[in-house]
Formats: sequence, C-alpha cells, structure tokens
Amino acid sequence: MPTPTSTEAPTAAQRTAAPVDRGTTRRGRKVLTFEQANRRLKWSLLSPALGFVALMIIFPLVFTVNLSLTDAFGAVNADNVYIGLQNFADALTDTRRFWPAVWRTVYFTVGAVALETVLGLALAMLMRKAFRGMEIVRTVLMVPLLATPVAIGILWLLILDPTNGIANHLLGFVGIPPQEFLGSVSQSLPTLMLIDVWQWTPMMTLLLLAGLSTLPEEPEEAALMDGANAWQRFRHIILPMLRTTVLTALVLRGVDALKTFDVIYATKGPGGGSGFEAETLNVYAYGLTFDYQEYGLASAVLVLFTLFIVAIVVLLRRRTGRTEA
Amino acid sequence: MTMPPIRRRRRAAERSRAAGPVAHAKHALSRRSFGALVAATAGAATLSACASGPRTADPNAPLRIMAINHVWSQAIAEYLPEFEDLVGRRVSMRLLTADQLSNSYNVKLNASATDIDVMMVRALQEQILFTRNGWLADLTDLVEGDAAYDWEDFQDAPRERSVTAEQVVSVPVVTERPALYYRKDLLEPFGGAPATLDEMLDISLELADRDNGFFGYVGRGQRSGAVTQWSSFLYSFGGDFTIDGQSGIGTPEAIAAYEFYGRLLNEAGPPGVTNMSLEQAMPIFAQGKAAFYIDADAIYSNFLDPGISTVIDTVGFAPFPAGPAGSVPHNIPSWSLGINEFSLLRDDSWEFIRWASSPEMVARLQADGIPGARQSAWDDAATLEAFPPDLAESMRINAENGKGTDRPDVIQVGRARDIVGRPLVAGILGESVPPVAADADAEFADFLVRDNRQREF
Repeated sequence: MPTPTSTEAPTAAQRTAAPVDRGTTRRGRKVLTFEQANRRLKWSLLSPALGFVALMIIFPLVFTVNLSLTDAFGAVNADNVYIGLQNFADALTDTRRFWPAVWRTVYFTVGAVALETVLGLALAMLMRKAFRGMEIVRTVLMVPLLATPVAIGILWLLILDPTNGIANHLLGFVGIPPQEFLGSVSQSLPTLMLIDVWQWTPMMTLLLLAGLSTLPEEPEEAALMDGANAWQRFRHIILPMLRTTVLTALVLRGVDALKTFDVIYATKGPGGGSGFEAETLNVYAYGLTFDYQEYGLASAVLVLFTLFIVAIVVLLRRRTGRTEA
Repeated sequence: MTMPPIRRRRRAAERSRAAGPVAHAKHALSRRSFGALVAATAGAATLSACASGPRTADPNAPLRIMAINHVWSQAIAEYLPEFEDLVGRRVSMRLLTADQLSNSYNVKLNASATDIDVMMVRALQEQILFTRNGWLADLTDLVEGDAAYDWEDFQDAPRERSVTAEQVVSVPVVTERPALYYRKDLLEPFGGAPATLDEMLDISLELADRDNGFFGYVGRGQRSGAVTQWSSFLYSFGGDFTIDGQSGIGTPEAIAAYEFYGRLLNEAGPPGVTNMSLEQAMPIFAQGKAAFYIDADAIYSNFLDPGISTVIDTVGFAPFPAGPAGSVPHNIPSWSLGINEFSLLRDDSWEFIRWASSPEMVARLQADGIPGARQSAWDDAATLEAFPPDLAESMRINAENGKGTDRPDVIQVGRARDIVGRPLVAGILGESVPPVAADADAEFADFLVRDNRQREF
C-alpha cells in the first residue's frame, strides 16, 4: 500500500480515522509525534543495557570512590568514618611501597610494550607477503594468546626454576651459568617483561598485520622504482602510513599491560616477591585489599591508578588525533 | 550544512502530520504507556537486583562446607556419606587453596553471604579479624555444654587458640609442628640427625655442593611464607615476635635468629630461595637434592610417595634441633572449623563440626596419618602406627616443647608477616641484618600500636 506523503492529500478513510484534535486520542490521551515516540522507544530499548552498565560500572566506581574517603578496615560493611582525602595523602607520601610500585608499573609497561611493538612490527613485516605454511605459522603464533595468564605463569615458573627448570639446563649447553630468573630480586621484573612479550607479541603482530594490509602499494612501488632500499622504504614510506595503527595498538596494549596482574601474582606471590621486586600498582592494591583488609587505602590507590590510566589514554589519544589530522 | 535542532524537530513534526493518521497511529506511544514501559523495566531491574533468598533454609538445601585442599579435607570427604545419613541432609564440600579460601571468605562474607555454612579457617591467621568482623558464630555453649563432646580433651595450645574475645569461635582439626627431614644415608658419618642448630649448620655447609646442584639445607625463603617456619628458630634462640606487647624483632635474640636462618639458606641453600615457599622447597628435598629440610610435619607423606619422591628409603625424621634457648618449636592448630554467622543451617553446621572433631573421628583420621588436636588420640598408640616411628616420636617431643603460635598474634597478620619477614630476606640475600631489623622493628612497633587500637571490639 502506498504511504501518504506530504504532497498527497489524505484519503477518505484516513480522514475518518483521524482524531478531532491531532494531539489527543479519542479518549483524550495525549499522542506523541512519530519523532517523540521513536526517541522514547529508543531510550526504552536502551534502558536495560544502560541500567546494566550503570550497575556494573558506575556503581562500583562510585562505591570505590566513596570507600576511598573512609577508614574502612577489616570488612567493607563494618562501621567506618569519613576521613576526607587522608588515604590519598597516605598513598602519595608512601615512598616504601606506593611510589616504587608506580615506577615498576611504568617500567614494566614501557619495557614490555616497546619490545612487543618492535617484535610485532618485525613479524608483521615478515608475514605481510603470502608464503607457504602461512596459516600454520599464524595459528602457532596465536597459541600464547589463547592460554590463561595463570597457566602461563605456572608454566614459566617451572621452566625458569633455578634448580629443576629446563631453562638453566639449556643455558648450560652454551656455557652460560645458571640464572635465578624469577627467584632473583634484580632479574624478576625483566623476566616478567619477557614473559609478557612472549604472550602478547602475537596480538601486536595481528593488529599491525591488519594495518599493513590496508596500506596502498603504489607509494612503495614508486620508491622502489626510485631506488630506495628496503630500510628506506620501511622508514620513510610504510612507517609514516602505519603510524595511526601503531598508536592505536600502543593504546590497547599499553592499557592492558598497565593492568597486568595474574602472571605477576602466579609467579611472585603476594607483594610481588620477597623484596616487593615485582609489586606493581595492581598487585599492591590487591595486597592492601585481600592481605591487609585496608579497604579505604586500597580504594584510594585504585582511584589514583584509574586516573593514571585515564591520563595516559587521553595523552595517547590526543597524539593519535594529531597524527590523523 | 547542519540544520538547527528546533527547525529539525519542527520539520519532523510536519512530516509526521503529513504522513496522516494511519502512520501516526501506527507509531504513536502515549505518555502513560511509555511511563508504564519504563516503570516495568526499572521495576524488573530493581527486583532482580534486590531479590534476596529466603531467610530460612530450604529443607533440601545442602550443608555447604568450604575447606582447604588438604589431606584432612580429602580424608573427611570419604566419610561424608556417614554424616549425610546421620543428619538426613546432603553435604556439598568445596576445596580451595589457602589464599583462594581466604579471598572467598573476604568477598562472600563482606556481602553477608548465606551460601557458606561450615568454614575451615586458620585460627592463627584469620580468626581475630573474622571475629572482629562478626563472621564467626559463637560456639562456646555448644562445645562446653556437651559432655560427650569432651572439649577438655583438646590439647591446651590448640584449645586456647580457638578463643577470641572470650568466645570459642573455632574447633581445631589439624595440628602442625616443624619436623627436621634429613637424609639418613648422608648423615651416617656424622652420627645421625643433629641435636642442635649449630651442628645442623656445620653439616649443611660441609655437605653442600651447590655448583653440582646439591644443597646442605632447603627451606622456605619467601618474605611472608618463611615467617611461620622461622618462628621455631626465633623461639629456640630465646626471642619472640612480641615481648610484653612491644615489638621483639629488634632484640639481640631475634637478630641472631635472623642471621642464623639467613646464613643457612645463603650459604647452604638453593638459588632463588627468596621466591620459595612450601611448593618450591619441598620438591628439592623430595628429589634428593638437599641434606636437610625443616617444614610442617603434616607434609611427611610427600617424601614417602613413590610418584614424587626419590628419598623414600633414605628420609629420616627428627625433632627440631636445639638453639641457645633449647628446642622450642611451634605446635599449632593449623586448620580449624567454624560456623558462618550468616548461615541458615547453624544447627546442622554444629552437628558436622561435632561429628568431624569427635574423639572417634579424630582417632580414625590420626590412624590415617593426619595429626589431630585431641589428647585422647595422641595417648592411643594405635593412632600413631600410621606414622613412621621416628616421625611419631619427633611429633610427640615437639608437641611437648612447642609454643602455640608461629606468627604474630595480631589482627592484620598479613601485614605483620611482611614486616617481620624483611630482615629474614636481608639475611638470606647475605645483606647486613641489624640495620634492616632496626628499621623493621620501628615499623612493627608502629604497626602494633595501630593494631591494638583496632582490637578494641
């Protein structure tokens, strides 16, 4: 049936069905316009999802901020007193645990993500052109991504065990003395970074490979005709065109690396080891919550950590925006 | 060009009117029906969010027990059908590691959860905190008002540790002391197991061949995890965690104990020992790579298990060696049972505890090789037949000499262990202990003031 448009006059049947007043029904109820009804229906349909988001994200966030302003200890539902910003002051002046944890978080994230980006880009460049067995290589590359972090932690703990692990046996074949790896105060964090690199480089590779596949081939071909070598083509043609993808991958992986917890806890235990050598902000906040039951201070640390992550994301997004512009 | 919002709305309204009454009626939604839709959605969401279970137990609900994955739990699980027949209720038992168990309690009981009835707790680790939080039910009348249960039969040290704020809040089911595990074949030239700590250190240093992967001594070296085993060294050097309510970790006795333990592991122990707790240290001795190992006597069966041990025929068991203050090991209730204050099945929960810690069951379990807390079981020679004779003897001697705690007696045990463990790690790493101990002593003194304040409940 043809729908009436503004240029067509209403039919007789339509005129008969029309209410006396366009804004009300025959029983006097107010009738919404199509646009109003559509808009309200949209909100109605969205409201369960919005309610879920509010319940699962906004409520815990508000609850945590509220808790961070109290002296909550022992139990969350126990009596507690509002102490203003005291927990934040305590955290920010704590040079024994908080600031070293901030430094380790930054060190771990920057080190791991930088290595993953370089290796991921190198692997993506190698896998850019089709070759025999490419599907198998890509599948094998995905394996570390599929394993759970705790399983990875335990696996590496066994491999790197200074006494019984296979790593020291292998090093012995090439004349390198046994290493303590995760058992050493100084080697723990670099070892954890390498485990992170082993697990997450494939994701960087896949992201960058996707970016590489969208690049036009003509500029590179033109450079090739002009006599540019492989490094020059990569440095001056591919990399500038890939910058947006690289920055997006950095944001995604960077935020994820900042929040690393499972592998560190599985390999180093509470407090990130005997000398707190692998205690990042996440591990510190977990310890405050579950080992010390200092819920107020733990919430303050988590609020600061969240602000820290948001600040980094905003900075990187601005950088991405400038590049895109 | 973007159209201003008012004009856009007007244009849309005109289009809607022009579309005629049929189209209009098709998409019309009255305010009332819109309100009803929103109210229904919000109501459903609120009801589903706020709905709580019935406050009385379902007659068919199982009795839920949360327990540590431990030989005791595995053994009692085999006898559960007997209990189910007794009370006419199904039992659901969930086994977790110690950390998972503690975290589950923290998460669930912070929300006043009713889906835990019987709780397996560490009386020395969590009991004061849980009692302060009101999570453990008062069992005083139940244990003391039942002559057949015979509360007085429990050994003094574990029984005393069941009491917090003048209430019995747990019942001990597993007790633990340190045992000296040693290699009989290697110790023969030295006349057997050492009687003193100094002898043990000397022999450890002599037998250690670290370049070839053999160690004189292996033990826990993690900052927090090592504190409980180190406590026996501390007591045997004449020290204690607290003395008259003040920090005791800066005393000369404590520093001597720190230095001794540090030297033992630093000079005769395996590499990476500061990352070792029970799970890492035990396999080293089980695989024949160490001459001595001191840890809980409850784990002895690992060394007699052909699946993981190469020292089945060569392992020996001895009492804790004497230090300058004699042999003073710990003798503790490592695991106890309590009832969740929010449980809807408190009567059946008590029936379970009464059954699982009855004189008969403790004797049965001890005969299976799980040391209990009842004196009647220890007095019955038949219950000790499951243990190797030298282990049974060392357990008896250690129980006689033992102290009832192996960690600071505070609310925040986790933080206290982190502080106390710092000089221990310094010693193991070969650093100078006194400055670290002085720093830790000051921190521990501040901590005790705060902890005492929190204890007023």
